[in-house]
Amino acid sequence: MNDVPDAVVLRTEHLGRRVGEQWIVNDVSLSVNRGELLGLVGVSGSGKSSLLRLLNRLDEPTSGTVFLEGQDYREIPPRTLRQRLGMVTQRPFLFPGDIASNLRFGPTQRDATLTDAEIAELLQHVGLPDFAARNVANLSGGEQQRVSLARSLANRPEIMLLDEPTSALDQQAKTGIEELVRNLVDEDRFTMVLVTHDRDQARRICDRVGLIEAGRLVQLGTPAEVLHA
Amino acid sequence: MLKSIFHSQVSLGLAQAAIASVLALLVVLLARRRNIHLESDAAIALVRGIVQIVVVGSILMLLLKGPRWTSVFLLAGMIIAAGSISAKRAKNVPGAWKVSTCSIAAGAGLVTAVMTWAGVIDTAITSLIPVGSMIIANAMNTNGLALNRFRSEVLSHSGEIETALALGAAPDKTIASYTEASIHSSLIPAIDNLRSLGIVWIPGLMTGMLIAGVDPLYAAIYQFVVIAMILASSGLTSLLSTTMIRAHIFSPAEQLLLKESA
Repeated sequence: MNDVPDAVVLRTEHLGRRVGEQWIVNDVSLSVNRGELLGLVGVSGSGKSSLLRLLNRLDEPTSGTVFLEGQDYREIPPRTLRQRLGMVTQRPFLFPGDIASNLRFGPTQRDATLTDAEIAELLQHVGLPDFAARNVANLSGGEQQRVSLARSLANRPEIMLLDEPTSALDQQAKTGIEELVRNLVDEDRFTMVLVTHDRDQARRICDRVGLIEAGRLVQLGTPAEVLHA
Repeated sequence: MLKSIFHSQVSLGLAQAAIASVLALLVVLLARRRNIHLESDAAIALVRGIVQIVVVGSILMLLLKGPRWTSVFLLAGMIIAAGSISAKRAKNVPGAWKVSTCSIAAGAGLVTAVMTWAGVIDTAITSLIPVGSMIIANAMNTNGLALNRFRSEVLSHSGEIETALALGAAPDKTIASYTEASIHSSLIPAIDNLRSLGIVWIPGLMTGMLIAGVDPLYAAIYQFVVIAMILASSGLTSLLSTTMIRAHIFSPAEQLLLKESA
């Protein structure tokens, strides 16, 4: 993997998914550059989350494909692909037990280990120092979402896919997650794709924004260009 | 009272069946008062039940006069029917019929074959068919319960399953706990039957043997043998069906196919 900034790391080519007679994602071609935060903005039901699910192949495209670092993702084993493309969803779906076991889940799947020090570092990174032994049942919504982020980061992904990670949170928790996401991009040079219905949020934290309407990518550019209204 | 009115066994049997059906329908009406609608399911099941058992009884009458190997075909027919019936408990689950039929055939078929080979089940049609049908029927119930529970577990935990997939987990791993819960719950009736044997219920087979004049102690032990065979075949069926169904709910690209909208 090279570290050239602005190099394309993820590219979709005529990507589409049809359910029954309806195209929920329709002929989407876009590129994601290394170290950028790309927002996918649209109203509820526009197909932006469906597009995100196609990116890590949780759903199968009906047409087109995705290239990860120039390689057609159908050539990559699904588990490897999903390890390389971390995902955080609107509901965190934490596994019962303590936070440390949640963070260890991903690495364990590929027989890797996560040390206590690495767990402490990850939790420090997401603003939850000394939380490792806490039970996930006792966390607030914002804390759960931070654990979900840390759990994905523990898998050492190359790209993070975020599906409305703040839509179920209060304003304070939302601001905290936004800062965390932006820091991961600015300081750790993470590449991220964020799905959000919140145009203000996209304006605040995204480098580029794609506007999704009825499954189609209708505009792609800077937040100022796309979200001028 | 009925015996004084009906003098032939067939008419007496029909009258007894009518009274039992009325009792079942009263319970259905009771349920209806609580807005639980079992009318059509119960009515169809009652009619099907009486027609089927009378048809089988008639076939048995013919088979009893035929060669022993004909029972294999009857048992095979029962397995296919059992597969179709229990697959309906796994609505929208891809491959449910095939999985159910194969699991029941393997679970009930293997236990019946081994026990017949060992001499536990007599090869006479009068023995093989009733005991075999009990094993198949219980395997069918267990299979239906297992797949029904499995379906509910997967549908209600699709978020957790896809989260685990998104973290790079193997499909089998993402549903392991739900598979285990399905097997456990499907075997509760078979285990409880064994636990309560002789205390809460004295099964029909033992009653029949007693009526036929068999030594009561042997009848009791043989009843245990049958219930233990049922547990073995049910357990095997449940294990097989929940294992086989896993291949049907994930795509080759390890995507969850069984979802609420499916």
